[in-house]
Amino acid sequence: MTPAEIREEIIDILEDISPDEDLDSLDDSQAFRDQLELDSMDFLDIVMELRKRHRVQIPEEEYGNLASMSSTVTYLEPKMKDIVKT
Amino acid sequence: MIAPNRASELPDEQRIVITGIGLTAPNGNDWQSFRNALLEKRSGVKPYEVRYFGPTLAGVCDFDTTRYQKKKEVRRGTRAGSVGVYAANEAIKHSGIDWQNTDKSRVGIYVGVTEHGNVETENEIYVIKGFDYDTSCWSHHHNPRTVANNPAGEIALNMGITGPHYTIGAACAAGNAGIIQGAQMLRLGECDLAIAGGTSESIHTFGIFASFNSQNALARHEDPTQASRPFDVDRNGIVVAEGGCLYVLERLSDAKARGAEIIGELVGYAMNTDATDFVLPNPERQAECVNMALNRAGLTADQIDIVSTHATGTSSGDSQECRALRAVFGECTNPRINNTKSYIGHAMGAAGALELAGNLSAFGDHVVHPTINVDKLDPDCEIPGLVLNEPQELKRVDYVLNNSFGMLGINSVVIIGRV
Repeated sequence: MTPAEIREEIIDILEDISPDEDLDSLDDSQAFRDQLELDSMDFLDIVMELRKRHRVQIPEEEYGNLASMSSTVTYLEPKMKDIVKT
Repeated sequence: MIAPNRASELPDEQRIVITGIGLTAPNGNDWQSFRNALLEKRSGVKPYEVRYFGPTLAGVCDFDTTRYQKKKEVRRGTRAGSVGVYAANEAIKHSGIDWQNTDKSRVGIYVGVTEHGNVETENEIYVIKGFDYDTSCWSHHHNPRTVANNPAGEIALNMGITGPHYTIGAACAAGNAGIIQGAQMLRLGECDLAIAGGTSESIHTFGIFASFNSQNALARHEDPTQASRPFDVDRNGIVVAEGGCLYVLERLSDAKARGAEIIGELVGYAMNTDATDFVLPNPERQAECVNMALNRAGLTADQIDIVSTHATGTSSGDSQECRALRAVFGECTNPRINNTKSYIGHAMGAAGALELAGNLSAFGDHVVHPTINVDKLDPDCEIPGLVLNEPQELKRVDYVLNNSFGMLGINSVVIIGRV
């Protein structure tokens, strides 16, 4: 997956997790928590969905990388580069 | 044993009244529309399909889940939670109480449930099956969804209620049991307002259908609306339904002080146990339970105007309840006897609370809605006063007695009086 495709995938997951939120105006450089109503269970949902959809494992000590969209994409890029977007 | 005082002899601070009703049933999403459906003999039973089990019939609710919840809350929570949140908000609105200025730490939530957690557990097992049973794919939401207090806790979260909340596990006697618990907590001073009754999400677990089917107790009929047929000689089992009905209960003194419209007073109640069988009801214990409620209310059997039966449409259960009713009401001429499951199926933990609500409207309109689908009355179910297939108008309705019984021999009866 390219960084753009990874971003698209994260948006798709967020649409499930936060169905009441408008994601069009999401600022990639700002923390998710400053823009969306997300709590720790929601972040676990992101981790769980990546595991279920792509078998991507994210160790607990690395959860901090999921703070914003840009940090998430940067973190996931090496883990997802060989995954083909379906 | 200390016999509780008769309601009418108690001070207003110990008398418990209903001041609001919120509900969703397979044939109505508020008290009035539910009543209209019963008077128009409109069933809520439909064709339904559930995972693994396949096509069957069920009582399905179509309330607006996002009227009181965000989509995110619906996703994160349970169906029972959504049913409860809807019913609780509707009940508070109906009560006319100044909710914004109500002390939420003095509100208690008491929700009767037949079971909870089966739906969510089945879902997770289904999900991890797709991952070769890799438990790392098991949702972190599973525990908060399946803790036994979930259906009550979601109401507390949604409405900002910080008083006590819990569920009352009482099989299919749970709707009455929730009401009784709420009344007891008000009398003990544990809360000033109780949101009490029962909910059910049971149609979303295949297990309940499969289990009733294996017990030869799951209803089937070419016409879904005729599948639930208590007292009919051709009844062949239960139609499982979902739903919820929660009441606002207050002490009479508080209700009077705020000028509340009082729907009825809990004048008597009783719960007891068969202690004889896992599933087969014991009519002697059921009759004892009814008599205990009458005794506590200071009423004779003949003073009851409407007996709302529990009968579920099973061969033995219906005739056993009728034996109990014959023992209590056999010589009476006044009581009329009906059954609401014939319209909506068996709403499990919500059944008792919903069936009571369907009958409380009779305080105002004096009409007894009939048991529908009785083409040929089973001689085993013949008891004086049965209202079958057509509504019956009475001069007045002062007392409704509501039966609700469940597996493991749990029996509950409440009697509501017109105020």
